[in-house]
Amino acid sequence: MEALLKLEKVEKYYGNKSNLTKAIDNISFSVNKGEFVAIMGASGSGKTTLLNCISTIDKVTSGHIYIADEDITKLKGNNLNRFRREELGFIFQDFNLLDTLTGYENIALALSISNVPYKLIDKKINEIASRLNIKHILKKHPYQMSGGEKQRIASARAIITNPKLILADEPTGALDSKSSKMLLESFNYLNKEFLSTILMVTHDAFSASYASRVIFIKDGKIFNEIIKAQKSRKEFFDEIIDVVTILGGDLNDAL
Amino acid sequence: MMLYKLSLKNIKKSFKDYAIYFFTLILGVAIFYIFNAIESQTVLLNVTKSTMDIIDLMVDMLSGVSIFVSFILGFLVIYASRFLMKRRNKEFGIYLTLGMSKKNISKILLLETIFIGIISLVIGLIIGIGLSQFMSVLVANSFEADLTKYTFVFSSKALVKTIIYFGIMYLLVMIFNVINVGRCKLIDLIHSSKKSEKIKMKNPFICIIIFISAVLMLSYAYYCVTRGVENLISASDIFIPIILGVIATILIFWSLSGLILKIVMSFKKIYYKGLNSFVLRQISSKINTTIFSMSVICLMLFVTICVFSSSLSIKNSMTSNLTSLVPVDIELSKTRNISLDKKEQLGYSDALFNDSYKSITDSLKTLDFDVDKYFTDITTVYIYVSDDFTFSDTLGNALEKVKEKYPIYTYYAREEFMKLSDYNKVAKLYDMPTYSLNSNEYLIIADFDSMIEMRNMALKERPTINILGTSLVPKYDKCQEGFLRISNSHINTGIIIVPDNVLNDTILQSEIMLANYKGNSKEEKQKIEDILLGLGNNPNKENISLNASTKISIYEASVGLGAMVTFIGLYLGIIFLISSAAILALKELSESTDNKLRYNMLRKIGTDEHSINKALFIQIAIFFSFPLVLAIIHSIFGLEFCKYILMTFGNEDMIKSITMTAVFLIIIYGGYFLITYFCSKNIIKDK
Repeated sequence: MEALLKLEKVEKYYGNKSNLTKAIDNISFSVNKGEFVAIMGASGSGKTTLLNCISTIDKVTSGHIYIADEDITKLKGNNLNRFRREELGFIFQDFNLLDTLTGYENIALALSISNVPYKLIDKKINEIASRLNIKHILKKHPYQMSGGEKQRIASARAIITNPKLILADEPTGALDSKSSKMLLESFNYLNKEFLSTILMVTHDAFSASYASRVIFIKDGKIFNEIIKAQKSRKEFFDEIIDVVTILGGDLNDAL
Repeated sequence: MMLYKLSLKNIKKSFKDYAIYFFTLILGVAIFYIFNAIESQTVLLNVTKSTMDIIDLMVDMLSGVSIFVSFILGFLVIYASRFLMKRRNKEFGIYLTLGMSKKNISKILLLETIFIGIISLVIGLIIGIGLSQFMSVLVANSFEADLTKYTFVFSSKALVKTIIYFGIMYLLVMIFNVINVGRCKLIDLIHSSKKSEKIKMKNPFICIIIFISAVLMLSYAYYCVTRGVENLISASDIFIPIILGVIATILIFWSLSGLILKIVMSFKKIYYKGLNSFVLRQISSKINTTIFSMSVICLMLFVTICVFSSSLSIKNSMTSNLTSLVPVDIELSKTRNISLDKKEQLGYSDALFNDSYKSITDSLKTLDFDVDKYFTDITTVYIYVSDDFTFSDTLGNALEKVKEKYPIYTYYAREEFMKLSDYNKVAKLYDMPTYSLNSNEYLIIADFDSMIEMRNMALKERPTINILGTSLVPKYDKCQEGFLRISNSHINTGIIIVPDNVLNDTILQSEIMLANYKGNSKEEKQKIEDILLGLGNNPNKENISLNASTKISIYEASVGLGAMVTFIGLYLGIIFLISSAAILALKELSESTDNKLRYNMLRKIGTDEHSINKALFIQIAIFFSFPLVLAIIHSIFGLEFCKYILMTFGNEDMIKSITMTAVFLIIIYGGYFLITYFCSKNIIKDK
């Protein structure tokens, strides 16, 4: 399988010489096309920084990140925006929907900023809405939706541009368990049906158990990596818990 | 001590974001000082007494206007502090959770207001004192006076006044803030940033109905002040179109905020292009929450445009009409041949009674003033007035028709007659057309527009008039343009010119003498003027009754009035403009925190900077132009009305003053717009 995302010796430092914090300390890994990878770690382990670097929102201190063989650490200015717009899809913990727009308009915005004609926008939204079962909330404003509904709108916005890579930052963080389950199942659906590549950052073992591979990070370094392979989700979940236990007490509070 | 430090830090922190608020406050203080300090500047001017009187009047009016201005500024300051408070809800929430009492928060706010007050007053006064030095040049220039010598002018009176007025304003803000803090709940403060605005879509049908009715109301109001202006009879009638206009303005903003969105949304190709949907939603939600202030701003802009344009055009027409309206240096008039009945009735003294049988020349002789020594081109004419001949008699059969249209005119006013030969003498002197009449004809000379209209209505029916037993028919079916008395505006309501033999001394009312001063230079003429003014001190003065208007006094009065009107227009215009622009700017900037989140979201989904800046620009531009556009539409009709009211000042075309107003508007309003744009851009910038 070809690698869609490849990180090479990525480092990210904060602070100055006298007080240096290594948020990411020499991390290398790759994600293949069609994979659903979860990155787990406690608060402050550097997982969100890592995601920000991959999503080009933040810049690495050293190292390279390749997405589809393009070195995104070398992109600048409007190229960066174009890349973000066309190649990446984002799902955030706090949804990041525009509160003034309806669900439909929020999804449409991802396409309209790339100058997609309206007819195509409408067609694509209708298609994705029926697949993600959000047709009934398209006309609602974010304040009229539940957390799960908001996150499904956000997911629709993330995938409507057919991005090469979907980045999800604690997508279930603000959801109740039922909504979480629905969202994660739709991730699985996207992964299987659309062959979307998903990289999800989470500290929740339950969420991580939906992924096909889990990478554990501790203090900016890769601590462990487990693969689901043919195991059932329950078995995979137990395995994740085992690693979390080894990781130390840090993560226990998340369970 | 800690509170003191906190509040000082807060000011420092917010100074950057709210530079525009401080700027407006400082500007307000400076302008307030400048216009109130005018009095002290005029003291230095080398002007005649009549100009000084007008300056005194101006100073009085300016201080009256200042009270009004302080209300406007007070409104602005309270409005602004509400914005500032809202923005800091979270900060107060944190203070409260840390255990600070509401009393302490009030103290912080109190200290802050005191700091802001002192800073803005000090800087504003320094700028004001500096700028008022230039103002003295402007004042001297407007009153066409020589600036005898330049001195640094400082008005302690204006200084104290500014401090007191603004002190009261800040005190009100403090009280307001304390009340506000007392009212707020901790839970709301903490969650204020997360509270997403509820977007209510208005029912489009209701919007359309309201919009149409608002347009109808406006059309009627517009009609009232333009075409239907003659129907506005009493002063209170003007309130109907004003109230209609105000209500319609509010309704238009209310309905348009929903309607525009609906309309553009139906053009899906446009709506779903780039950031259009985002920009439109932003604007509509903003207008939705600011309908009231939008309307106030729109009306303030409207008043600014009208006041400014009209005051400039009054000034222009006042000075430019003078050459044609005041063709001679002096007009003397006196009442002649007072009858015994009248003497009893009106209580004339014997001396005055006797004097009325003397000519102007003879009367002046008793004051040792020889007209031939000082005057040239002396033209003496007589006015005849009969108690039995009033305005309604002139109107003849048309009386009822005219009354219907103009019910409040004094129809029992007595008409003035003049001999044809007398009028022709005046016409020759004034360089105007002379007339000839058959023995059974008359004509009417007038130059006051609405009177001409009334008289023309009657003349069309060719009414026969009967004076001293002679029947006369009109020669023309229109009034002829002309006047007798010199004045700074068209005030001749009508003089009936009849053949010489029709009139006799039994109805002689007054004598009018028109003349030029013997003198070629301004100085020589001024000398004669001074001699004439000196006659007021003559002991014989009590025994004669003479009225005089002179070119010099009319000129000074006109220049002075023009300058006065300009200053008041300028004062109100600037204050209104900066207040309305500042409210818009503050509204925009106070939402910058919300907007920052939104623009960051746009960035995260990959919108490039260029589109973001463009969206921001369009959004602010529409927000600023919305009230302006309606204000301009209002002004088109409002200015028509102003023109009508100011008709007596001459129908100077207003293009010049409107252009000036536009330049003024673009500089101040446009300046605020640009500052707002750059400040917002700075706030939403990704750091």
